[in-house]
Amino acid sequence: MTHDPSTRGHAGEAGSRGPRVRSDCWIRFEPAEKGGLEIELKSTAEAYYGESIDALLREGCAALGAEHGALLCEDGGAVPFVLMARLEAAIREAGLETKGDWLPPIHDPARGATRRDRFRRSRLYLPGSQPKLFLNAGLHRPDAIILDLEDSVAPAAKLASRILVRNALRQVDFMGAERMVRINQGELGLSDLEQIAPHGVDLILIPKVESAGEVQAVDGRIRELSADEVFLMPIIESARGVANATEIAGASDRNVALTIGLEDYTADIGVQRTESGEESLWARCAIVNAARAFGLQAIDSVYSDVGNVEGLRASVDEARRLGFEGKGCIHPRQIGVVHAALAPAANEVDRARRIVRAFRKAEARGLGVVSLGTRMIDPPVVKRALATVDMAIATGRLAGDWESADEE
Amino acid sequence: MSELIRNAAGRLIPTRINELETKPYQGVGAWRPSGRKWSPPIRSAADFPVDGNKCVSSIHDALKRAGIRDGMTISTHHHFRNGDLVARAIFDAAAELGVKDLRWFPSASFPCHAPLIDHLESGVIHHIEGSMNGPLGGYCSRGKMRGLGVLRSHGGRWQAIQDGEVRIDIAVLAAPTADPFGNATGDRGPSACGLLGFGLADSLFADHVIVVTDNLVPFPCVPWQIQGNNVDSVVVVDKVGDPSRIVSGTTQITKSPDRLLIAEYAARFVRDSGIMRDGFSFQAGAGGTALSFGIYLREMMREAGVKAGFVRGGSNRYLVEMLEEGLTPYILDGQTFDLEGVRSMRENPGHLNTSPFTSYNFHGKGNFASMVDVVILGATEVDIDFNANVVTHTDGRLLHGIGGWQNCLASKCTILAVPSFRNRVPVVLDRVTTLCGPGELIDVIATERGLCINPRREDLIEALRGSDLPLIEIAELKAEVERICGGPPAKPAQSEQVVAAIQWVDGTTIDCVHAVK
Repeated sequence: MTHDPSTRGHAGEAGSRGPRVRSDCWIRFEPAEKGGLEIELKSTAEAYYGESIDALLREGCAALGAEHGALLCEDGGAVPFVLMARLEAAIREAGLETKGDWLPPIHDPARGATRRDRFRRSRLYLPGSQPKLFLNAGLHRPDAIILDLEDSVAPAAKLASRILVRNALRQVDFMGAERMVRINQGELGLSDLEQIAPHGVDLILIPKVESAGEVQAVDGRIRELSADEVFLMPIIESARGVANATEIAGASDRNVALTIGLEDYTADIGVQRTESGEESLWARCAIVNAARAFGLQAIDSVYSDVGNVEGLRASVDEARRLGFEGKGCIHPRQIGVVHAALAPAANEVDRARRIVRAFRKAEARGLGVVSLGTRMIDPPVVKRALATVDMAIATGRLAGDWESADEE
Repeated sequence: MSELIRNAAGRLIPTRINELETKPYQGVGAWRPSGRKWSPPIRSAADFPVDGNKCVSSIHDALKRAGIRDGMTISTHHHFRNGDLVARAIFDAAAELGVKDLRWFPSASFPCHAPLIDHLESGVIHHIEGSMNGPLGGYCSRGKMRGLGVLRSHGGRWQAIQDGEVRIDIAVLAAPTADPFGNATGDRGPSACGLLGFGLADSLFADHVIVVTDNLVPFPCVPWQIQGNNVDSVVVVDKVGDPSRIVSGTTQITKSPDRLLIAEYAARFVRDSGIMRDGFSFQAGAGGTALSFGIYLREMMREAGVKAGFVRGGSNRYLVEMLEEGLTPYILDGQTFDLEGVRSMRENPGHLNTSPFTSYNFHGKGNFASMVDVVILGATEVDIDFNANVVTHTDGRLLHGIGGWQNCLASKCTILAVPSFRNRVPVVLDRVTTLCGPGELIDVIATERGLCINPRREDLIEALRGSDLPLIEIAELKAEVERICGGPPAKPAQSEQVVAAIQWVDGTTIDCVHAVK
């Protein structure tokens, strides 16, 4: 790019452009030394929001210290937090040292509601560069959403996506879904955390983990950046990672779950990924075992054939039998299938109810031993029954007040 | 420019619409017609060939024999949807004949009719009275048409014809199969479109009726959906339509997860409210959301072992499967949206051919629409009083025709399945840009953020008690949408110039459309 002597730095751009772009925009900012701000706006929502977009862009330029230059915005219906993110990214890409913060207000009413042991049956992947998919993600009721900064984001869009994801964490109502972010590998991932950790993220997925040290590095960086309780879920995606699964699982108190990425893992061991999955059986079992050894949830990989509902159901069923408690989802329509397939069967629920009832009676009488009929029930069986009952309530197979209803 | 007056819905409308004095909308069911129906001139068999052969050489020739002259009204039907080749041929022929100032009165227009803009520009066509979308809608919205566009529902078009409000000089009815006498059917032939119901009124009330076909069969053409006794002449052409585009409406199942969610909510509403029970009836429109609704509902009917009493078309392969599976004994069909619908109409005696007269005409002794238990429709906008718009975009541009939409509002339960916002533009507003359907007839608005039940329908609210469907007050929904979109949308400035009138089902004028600035 040639430099006009009257300009300061070079032009920066961010976002997506073109006639097919929806709910996103493209912003180009070319800084200048003087002459004020010149804004050119083309928007599909111009008739309704043209003036407010112009005002927002001016507010942002002032807040970020971009007082002089030419700003071009091609908007395909981006909501305010997206416009803000694209503007900030374009200004940063232009090499301006942005001054101060320009953050959308925090909205999500369900923020901070996560727990170490909450359900993580389904987690919906949302490419961090595609804001269109963020807005309604929570409506599909996944247990978690993942704003992805890693594989689904092209290298050129990494910085812009990081800012976009930060704004989404502050603004989008994910309707009670746990708010996860998959950061990039290594140093890039650690710098992702600067924009992510302080803004209400519940859990960080660390990709392609091969050692405890990588987890500890993330843990340490989070501690520097945020006092919030931020959980970790390492993703193991290589032969070396599987070999070190146990040390990875035990690497940090923030760990709540362990998962596996099968596309990369099968590539790493040099085999094709098959529908039946025997090539990864050992690795998946190793993940389950390592997770359980440290009280973590074992979470399975994604099922990539969106159109194949039967295949997904069979895959979740198999995962459940191996000991996994969750599955990744790449399309909202997979969520309901995953939840249904992970729900306990009627006979399992009945048995769990009887055990939990016996346990409550024993508790009430101060007895240390739980018995059902003439049989003693071991504590781990009680624990599993409690989990089954929780799951049955969460999946609508059991009323929340079943205990009082049973007594009547 | 005509003066404006305020109708019972509070909308300002012109006092004259083209040559006619406006009847302002007075409220649902308030206007009472009087007098007798319009009738075409009496003819004598003495003037028609005794061998029954009414074939003439070309559309040009047929128009000339019909006495085409300046200012006449030419009507067409839209069963060929976006594959129609006949409308253009008519006005090309009219241009060759040097005729000017024609009124085109189609039952609907499609993007394939964009070339008719040349005839509007050159003066061959004066104006269009019928649904306009795509390029023709844009042309009208920019205020370039000489007369006012008049948008009517399918039932309203029948009403306007039978009441003599629109007098058709020449009806040109494209037919997939016809005989030389003029008997015609839509259910067979290389351009099969299922039925010809949208052209039926034209065949009964027009002064002259021309049948155009690319599949002439010896007398008798059976079944005769159009009776040859009403037909003046028959023209054979190479092609009446492009079959690949005839069934090209919005007939794909949506892949959008949000629209699937809306469809699922609507279907669960029908089930949980108790509307879905043995013998019930439903109608779903042609959009992707409505199609998906049908698929969800079918699954729920199977699970519950419920069978419908009848289902209303537009038909598609999913409805045909329901008919063949025994989930409904009848499809009462107004138009076929795919080739499976065409095949079924031809082969299955339970798949019945209906017309706007039987289904929708408000100036008749009842109609089928009010007997339907539940109907799922779309809309471009809704407002907090449950009023809805189906013809214009929020900036006032004409976008869709009314179709059977207004007529279907008569059903026992009307559900509008709409996203709460589209591409940052809110769909739920304080006041719809163009009023097409009064809120008192709209019972449920189903969005991806939950369902709003019209407070007038206490029975439905009661029926849903205990359901786990997400119900939301419409004002609350509007507030949430505005939070996401960044405040309420600014109201785009409207031009003074009125470009189109919106007729209610009884021929009164419910609203009008202004030119886009």
